[in-house]
Amino acid sequence: MLAFVISRILQAIPVMLAVALISFAMFAYVGDPVSIMLGQDFTEAQRQALIRDLGLDQPFFVQFATFIGNAVQGEFGLSYRLSRPVAELIAERAPATLELAFCAAAVALLVGVPMGVYTGLYRNSWLSRAFLTFSLVGVSLPTFLIGILLILIFSVWLGWLPSFGRGDTVQLGWWSTGFLTVSGLKALILPSVTLGLFQLTLIMRLVRAEMLEVLRTDYIKFARARGLANRAVHFGHALKNTLVPVITIAGLQLGGIIAFAIVTETVFQWPGMGLLFIQSVGAADIPVMAAYLLLIALVFVVINLVVDLLYYFVDPRLRAGFGAARGGH
Amino acid sequence: MRMRAGAGLRAAMAAAVLAMAGLAMPGTATAKTVRWSASGDPNTLDPHSQNVGTVTMVLQQIYDPLIKRNPDLSIAPGLATEWRQEEPTRWRFLLRPGVRFHEGEAMTAEDVAFSIQRALQPTSNFGIFVDTIDRAVVVDERTVDIVLKRPDPILPNKLASIFIMSKAWSERHNATRPQNTRAREEMHTVRNANGTGAFRLAAREPDVRTTMTRNEAWWGWGIEGNSGNVTEIVFRPIASDATRIAALLSGEVDFVLDPPLQDLNRLRQAPGVKVLEGPEVRTLFLAFDVNRDELLYSDVKGKNPFKDLRVRQALYQAIDIQAIHRTTMRGQSVVTGTLFPEQVNGYVKAEDVRLPFDANRARALLAEAGYPQGFAVTLDCSNNRYINDEQICQNIAAMWSRVGVRTSVKAQPLAPFFAQIQRDDTSVYMLGWGVPTLDALYSFQSLVATRNGDQGDGIWNYGRYSNPRMDALIQRMKAETGEARQAAITEALRLYREDVPHIPLHHQMIPWAMRSNIQIPHLANNQPYFRWAVVQ
Repeated sequence: MLAFVISRILQAIPVMLAVALISFAMFAYVGDPVSIMLGQDFTEAQRQALIRDLGLDQPFFVQFATFIGNAVQGEFGLSYRLSRPVAELIAERAPATLELAFCAAAVALLVGVPMGVYTGLYRNSWLSRAFLTFSLVGVSLPTFLIGILLILIFSVWLGWLPSFGRGDTVQLGWWSTGFLTVSGLKALILPSVTLGLFQLTLIMRLVRAEMLEVLRTDYIKFARARGLANRAVHFGHALKNTLVPVITIAGLQLGGIIAFAIVTETVFQWPGMGLLFIQSVGAADIPVMAAYLLLIALVFVVINLVVDLLYYFVDPRLRAGFGAARGGH
Repeated sequence: MRMRAGAGLRAAMAAAVLAMAGLAMPGTATAKTVRWSASGDPNTLDPHSQNVGTVTMVLQQIYDPLIKRNPDLSIAPGLATEWRQEEPTRWRFLLRPGVRFHEGEAMTAEDVAFSIQRALQPTSNFGIFVDTIDRAVVVDERTVDIVLKRPDPILPNKLASIFIMSKAWSERHNATRPQNTRAREEMHTVRNANGTGAFRLAAREPDVRTTMTRNEAWWGWGIEGNSGNVTEIVFRPIASDATRIAALLSGEVDFVLDPPLQDLNRLRQAPGVKVLEGPEVRTLFLAFDVNRDELLYSDVKGKNPFKDLRVRQALYQAIDIQAIHRTTMRGQSVVTGTLFPEQVNGYVKAEDVRLPFDANRARALLAEAGYPQGFAVTLDCSNNRYINDEQICQNIAAMWSRVGVRTSVKAQPLAPFFAQIQRDDTSVYMLGWGVPTLDALYSFQSLVATRNGDQGDGIWNYGRYSNPRMDALIQRMKAETGEARQAAITEALRLYREDVPHIPLHHQMIPWAMRSNIQIPHLANNQPYFRWAVVQ
């Protein structure tokens, strides 16, 4: 078990370095932070001084090595755009993104799994057909369009929910939460649905396909033959055995939810890391972009690790394998 | 993503204070609150760091300059009640008595001299407004002398852009110079402000919310014209155009500084919402590479067609500007034949004349210049900086192609676009130029002076236009006053028309959208001054 975790962490290091190198190389194409920082009026001397200050006159690999050296110590420097420490900016925005991602994942799982089970069990009911049609909408409409449609209906026409922002937040230590105020909870609804809809339909279709597969297997037939109740067969035997691929996909999708909250955050002016990233791209704010991309890579690595560990609990065959290796008998 | 413990704690405490302040706000909502939105948030609250509209629009509610602007952009006494030119290079300013900063310090000559010196620091982006200043000298508590390096007839206009901050406060918070990019620490002035203005900063959460409350002790409330009744301003940036408009329509926002053009008709018809339109001091034009012997982005080899006046005239006359005005701009532009609009000091109506649109004449001029079959060229454009910038370029490319100049448009976001043209890496490009000093010199100096390393000269002249006659006229604008100076400007405007270094297009119109119960004067510098706003 420990050896497994360590080997996965070692594998993660080259991944992180590669992400850092690629993102760093891309920054050459996002524009020149110097021209943005200088504004409309400057002299050539001021320009040269700023380029020196930022270390942009150094060769590429020197810049990269400096960046990695600082990043390892958790030092990402000062944002060009906001003149504030990058680590502080990201720490400030992370709660908004994580709360949104959590709610979106909850929406996707809590609605997606039951819908998938239902459509798997009652394949031909009209409700199943309705769910499947609805899921096509979720898969095919782009996120920003869904967001704007929801805003139009629930904010502009009905006036029930806010169209932007997080509402009032409460500060718990360094974490700012929207879960403790009414306006904060109301503000979470539209963005969570927007962000979770794609995942919801994906999980629903996955659970449905797996259920159909499992319900055909012999052990289900035996379970029925033993006279077990439908409920025990469906949930105790069938659903549990569909969960391995569902956990994999849901886990990886959680990484995706965090990483691709960018669009949802932009539509809803959600003050999270994705919005910060988009605004940094506009200003060629390299320190923030680099730190954000590294963080997202880290999130994916960690989630992969957690998913692998979850298998270990869900699938006894894997557990036996590890047990044998460790015990040696 | 580990943080040093100290920084983390500090951030948490600051955020906690901000959140509490934010929570306390809804209680006062019965007062005259304006909830204001725009696409961008100010990047800093430092008064001398970044010279951009998104920063100034918030700072000018909080800070005062020595000299203020009226709604028509003419100048009026601010923190200085009187000023006069004692000698050609020495101006004297008498300060308003009894003014206090929001945190209680009395405003004195020391603060004024300090603020001007601060704007002179190399890390300030406000150099253009203080470029002629040598130093500021305290004469007594109420009097400041500004000593110049050379005579400057428009010094008061420039000082209208320099905010005055407290020397004691800045020293206490270790912020005596604008943010240095080399620094690792955040400066106090990035998120805090202490001005003398009509509103004081109550809470600031970058990119989320900036709350300002009315400063009842403001010196200006008693002065005629400052009759606003707003008690609180809540600024909340919303980057997405559709969401910003939805927030206005749903009543979550009262005032939108930058509504997208395609939504204006809908907004005009929406109940409870109105659109206020006015001109902006920003002129769009096309500029040519007239320096290289062979263009970088053209199929003409061995020579540069743009060096030929007839080619520049032909491309000018190929543009049907009225069509762009009617369709792309939906009537929201002021077509022009000159470098800046009438709000700018030095404007001459008689010189604001375009070469007429005439495609046949354009073809004839091209043939005469030796390009009967035309040629190919790339037009560089931004696609998120000016109103409809990319569409305007597409229209122009089509119009040029019609007379034989096969034009491809390279439209980019502003960051890569400016990076590219600032390397002179372009053959022809579109730029929109605002004039913060509201004086002709600023445009001439930045755009058509020969680049010679002097502060400001030719720094935005990426086509490297260079004409000794123009340079001589610009020198005269710098040194002379009164009628002699206006004569130099008029002559430069004529030369600009005759020599066609640019093709002028139009001045932007800037619409503001707001709820019907708000009255606020529209200013051509695109800044809302809430001290003049009335909420019914």
